[in-house]
This record gives sequence, structure tokens and C-alpha cells, in this order.
Amino acid sequence: MADEVTFFIDGRPCTAAAGDNLVEAAADNGVYIPTLCHYKGHKPLGTCRVCMVRVDGREAAACTFGVRDGMRVDVDAPELADARKALIELLFVERNHFCPACEKSGRCDLQAVAYHMHLTVPRFPYRYVPFTVENFAGKLLIDHNRCILCGRCEEFVRRGDSKVFAMKQRSSEARITVDLALLAEMSANEIAHAVHVCPVGAILAPGQGFDTPIGRRKYDTHRIGEITDGRD
Amino acid sequence: MNTGQKIVIDPVTRVEGHGRITVHLDENHHVEEARLHIVEFRGFEKFVHGRPYWEVPVLVQRLCGICPVSHHLAGAKAIDEIVGISPGSDHTLTPTAEKMRRLMHYGQVFQSHVLHFFYLCSPDLLFGIDGEVESRNIVGVAMAEPELAKKAILMRKFGQEIIRATAGKKVHGISAVPGGIHKTLSAEERDYFLNGKEIPAIDTMIDWALEGLDFFKSFHRDNREWLDGYAAVPSSHMGMVRKDGALDLYHGDLKVVDAEGTLLQTFDYHDYLNELGEETKSWSYMKFPYLRSLGRQDGWYRVGPLPRLNVCEFLPSPLAQKEFEAFRAYTGGRANNMSMHYHWARLIEVVHAAEVIRDLLADPDLQKDNLIARGTAAGEGIGVVEAPRGTLFHHYKVDDAGRINFCNLIVSTTNNNTAMNRAVAAAAEDLMEGVPEVTEAMTNGVEVVLRAYDPCLSCATHAVGQMPLRIELYDAGGTLRDVRVR
Repeated sequence: MADEVTFFIDGRPCTAAAGDNLVEAAADNGVYIPTLCHYKGHKPLGTCRVCMVRVDGREAAACTFGVRDGMRVDVDAPELADARKALIELLFVERNHFCPACEKSGRCDLQAVAYHMHLTVPRFPYRYVPFTVENFAGKLLIDHNRCILCGRCEEFVRRGDSKVFAMKQRSSEARITVDLALLAEMSANEIAHAVHVCPVGAILAPGQGFDTPIGRRKYDTHRIGEITDGRD
Repeated sequence: MNTGQKIVIDPVTRVEGHGRITVHLDENHHVEEARLHIVEFRGFEKFVHGRPYWEVPVLVQRLCGICPVSHHLAGAKAIDEIVGISPGSDHTLTPTAEKMRRLMHYGQVFQSHVLHFFYLCSPDLLFGIDGEVESRNIVGVAMAEPELAKKAILMRKFGQEIIRATAGKKVHGISAVPGGIHKTLSAEERDYFLNGKEIPAIDTMIDWALEGLDFFKSFHRDNREWLDGYAAVPSSHMGMVRKDGALDLYHGDLKVVDAEGTLLQTFDYHDYLNELGEETKSWSYMKFPYLRSLGRQDGWYRVGPLPRLNVCEFLPSPLAQKEFEAFRAYTGGRANNMSMHYHWARLIEVVHAAEVIRDLLADPDLQKDNLIARGTAAGEGIGVVEAPRGTLFHHYKVDDAGRINFCNLIVSTTNNNTAMNRAVAAAAEDLMEGVPEVTEAMTNGVEVVLRAYDPCLSCATHAVGQMPLRIELYDAGGTLRDVRVR
């Protein structure tokens, strides 16, 4: 077992095993650092940058750092909170996120983080670029309007060593796509896992939306910052 | 030189949505023409294209914040058919699912009718159409009749709580899913409506509904000539009835009677495209539906509480049935064409809805857990319910990938478009014929008859915006002479 070290979040001493992921170590010490791409227990992706903090005086994505003895982390500084909020706002304006009709509402990490940050209206103009809903062989849908290109599906949904999802094209043209041969082999449980891995409502199982009553959805019962083991 | 006038009421107030009324007067101050313009546009029928079919009941209810349950359920009924579930077929909703939806629906009708009559219309009756503007609102009602206002607020709350318990929240719930419902009513949720501890119990609601009806009947006794005659227009009437002729707000056939009450036709709502046409006019975003059998000129009809009580043979709840019998006796069994009697019919439906809610709350099926059914998938679905304001049509088709590629909505208020225009014209003639200047009381008088229809103009055009009203007065040469705006 790695040595226990002491590090500091906003000046408060915290403890963790050396090398622990900073987002998870902070959560274990009762400090919530917002993130969308991080998937607990898995290697960091560092794609969404929403977990931006200051580590020993330099801005960085917290999920990409392991804890070191004496590390000094700033989370609560107003300029950092504003930068994190701006990143969430950019995600909202980049594609078309209409929470009222989204089946992931109430269990969507993007929505929950936005609520946590008290986001009401983005400071940036909406792009209103039309995206489609793509149906893959009747087994799985991708609503590109809602995809935040975090890459969680690409990295964490696999059959054996093979990736089921992949990114095609670049920048604003980037899209998630599916290996149809692998998809054909996927069970209902594996598809449900893919839906779960997606932090937003981009990956959908056909006809299964809105299956949980209001009041029993993940973030109806807990705010995202209150689920200290919720980095899933 | 032509010196006629054009009066514009923009926006119309104490209705849902945003509309405008124009009245054209000729040089002798005779009413030439009066029109209700619906000036908002939304486009739900288009932007639902491409969305997965199971999103429809949740997405399309965003048409409205007053009666989203109606859109939620009409959409759900249509989508039921896409997953192979249809009333009267081999594959139907489970009893629990249908009863949960009915409870939600009657809770919605209860709260919406209460909102309309007590919040929006009772000020006109309490203070008169020429009463002080400052008093003609729910605050004025609360000051003048505190007990009445308190009961109205608690009645609306009760209906909203029924919706919350069945749909998940008071506005824009999500429980009706393709082929069923995703929650039951727990014993604790049921008892909340029965024990009277936190909110008045359902039996109290029935008592208060009868008191509200008595309030109207008392006013009717004192103002019979005005209520019976004001802006009355003979018309056909359409509404949903059960196979045995009973009023049913959730499912049934559509029945049409003429202005005398003679049966014109009864049809399965799946045939609506064959039976109804829709005409467009350049001056309004709201279409003008008509019965194809009677043609564009004569085929207009009315929907809502008044027509529903004109087409049904009985109300399947005892207290409301007694009131229905008195209502029908008033016109000797013939159809009632008195526009202001919409209020009377609406308040009878409040009693009926409360009785239905009471019976459903006592039904143990609501605590059972068989919630979703499936049949043979289809590419098309049509769902129709009687919304508080009248017959509501939802029609969808899907592509092979389950995405919506066709949507047609005929919303309750749309059905009443021609009728509302005629009623506005009748009111304008009553109030403005030959007058040199338009007063606030006159413009409110025109709004009063529009309000009787309880129009939801946002729904009708699937449109966005606030709901004020503007009246403009133009001379015969087209020059703006006077404007009154709220």
C-alpha cells in the first residue's frame, strides 16, 4: 500500500495515499471538484477540463494529477470557479442541450454540475448547429445534439480489448460513432452499461427512456457534490 | 373621405397565450368586421421531427404550462399505438396504467377549470365588465370575497397535487411512457388526498365544487338576460363520448350535434383527417378547422365544456349528473348555444372531475405494479383526449429508426377559432355599434366573451410569448384613431 501523505486543499490539510487521483482524493476528504469526463477507478482522460484547479500555483485539470506529499491545491478561488463555470457554459452553447425533454434529466452529470454551479444563462451565444439522432441497427442511438465529446464511451466501453465507440472527424465536426460488428455482439446489459457510462443523454437505448419516476432519479435524491463516491 | 374606425385590443388579457382583437367600424360607427388574431408562432409540429418517438409525451407537453397533462396524455396515447397498444384492441393499457393516467387527467381538468373560472373570469362577474380595472383580477377577488378566493386557491392546489402524485411534478411531469405509466400511487400518496390533514380532502373538494356551481347559478338568476343573450351564437358542437353515450374526457368516439342538438355524426377519432379539414387565413397563425361533411362555410363547430355537455347523454357521476339534468332542462333538451354558459358547463365538469377523482382514489388498482404493456409495433399513432378547453388531437408517424417524421396537432382552442371570431363579432356589435369612442369597459366586454371559451392561444399556435391584449380603432381609411393596450 502506498504511503499516506498530507496535502492541502484551500489551505486545509487532507490525507490520501500517495499517487491517488486528486479528484477522488479530494472527494474522500469531503471536497467536491466538478468533473464530467472522469470515471471513478479508471485512468484519467483530462478531456473536459471542468475539474480545473490550481496545483502548486499552476492551473491544471485535477483528474490528471496524483496526490503528492505537501501538494497545495486551490479549488474554491472565485476565478477558478468562474473558469469551471465558463467551461460548462461552453458545452451548453456548443450543441443543443434541451433538458426538459431529455430522458437523462435528473441523472445527467452535465445538468447536475450546472445546477451545482447555479448556472442560469450562458454568457456565450448559442451556436444552434443542427445535429441528428443516429440509430445504430436498432440497438443503440446516439443523439449528437447532447454529446460533449468527453471520450468516456470510447475508453470505457469495450468488448475484450476492443473499443466499441470511436471519435471520427475533428474539432467542431467531431462525432462519436460505433463499431457495428461489435455492437451486434453486445447484450442488453452491455448496452445499458454504455448508456450509464455516458455522462449526458447522448447514448440511448431504444424505447427505454423516462423509466424512473421524478423523485427517485440519481440527482433527485442527492446533489452531485453530495455524492462523494459519485465520480462514476 | 372614408372615416370608419378600426379598434384593436392587443393584448387580450386573462386568457392563456397572446392574441389581438380588431374591430372595424364604418364611417357611421357600425361594426363591419371583428377578428381574433393569434399573433404567436412556435412550430412544435416541425421541430419534433427527428426526435425518438418515446420523447414525444415529454417534449410536446412543453406547448403549455397550464394544461401540459393534456398534451402529455394525447401524445402518450398516440405513441402507445406506435408500440402496439390501442384501446379496444387485443393489446391495451394495463388497468393500473389507464387509471393512473385518468387520475392525472381529471386532476388536470379540475385544476384548470378552477383556475379559469375563479382566477380569470370571476372578476368580471363579481365586479361587472365595467368594474374598476384595478379590481378585476384574483387579488381583487381575494379582497372582496376572501373565502371564495381561499377555496379557489386550495381547489387548484388539490388538482395540482393530484398531478404531482401521478406525473411526478405539478407542471411537466414525465410518467406516461409508451404503453403505460412508470409509477403507481402509493397508499401514502392516496391517503394524502383522503385524510384532510395536510390539504383539504377530496370530499371537501366536492363540496366546494358544488358551492362554486351555486355561485354561478346565483349570478345567473340575477343576470339571466345578459348571461343567456350576450354573444350567443348558434353552432355545431363536438365532444368525446363513451360507447354508452357518457361523457368521457380520456377516451371515446367523437360526436357532433347541430345547433338544435340533432346528431350530425359520430366517428372514431382515427378518422379525423377524413372528417375534419383545416383552413388557413393570412391574418392569423391559428388554423380554422371545419367538418368536411358541412364544408368550409358551414362546417365550423365548437368544443370544450359547453359542447361536451351538449353531445353527451349523461355524466357518469351522481352529483354532476343531477346538475347536468338541470343544465339540459334549461334549454328543453336542445343544444345550448349561449356562449356565457360555457362557465356553467365548466363548473359542472369541476363537480364531475372531483367525483371521478374520488372514485379513482378508492380503486386498489392504483397500488398494483403491472404498469407497461407492449403489442405489435406500428409506424403511426393518433391520440385524442378531451383537454379542459376541448378536443385535442395528436398524430405522429415514425421512420424505421423510430424517429418522428410527421406530426399534426389540432389543439382545443384551434377548434374554437371560428366560434371565437363570431362571438367576438357579436360582442362588438352589442357594445360598440354606433359609439364614437371606445371605452375600457367596451374592450373588456369583448374580452369577456373570449374568456368564456378559456382560450389557450399558446397551445393553439404551438406558440411562445406572453398573453397581453391590444385594441386598435381604425377609421375607414385605415388611419389609426385610438389604441388601448394592456
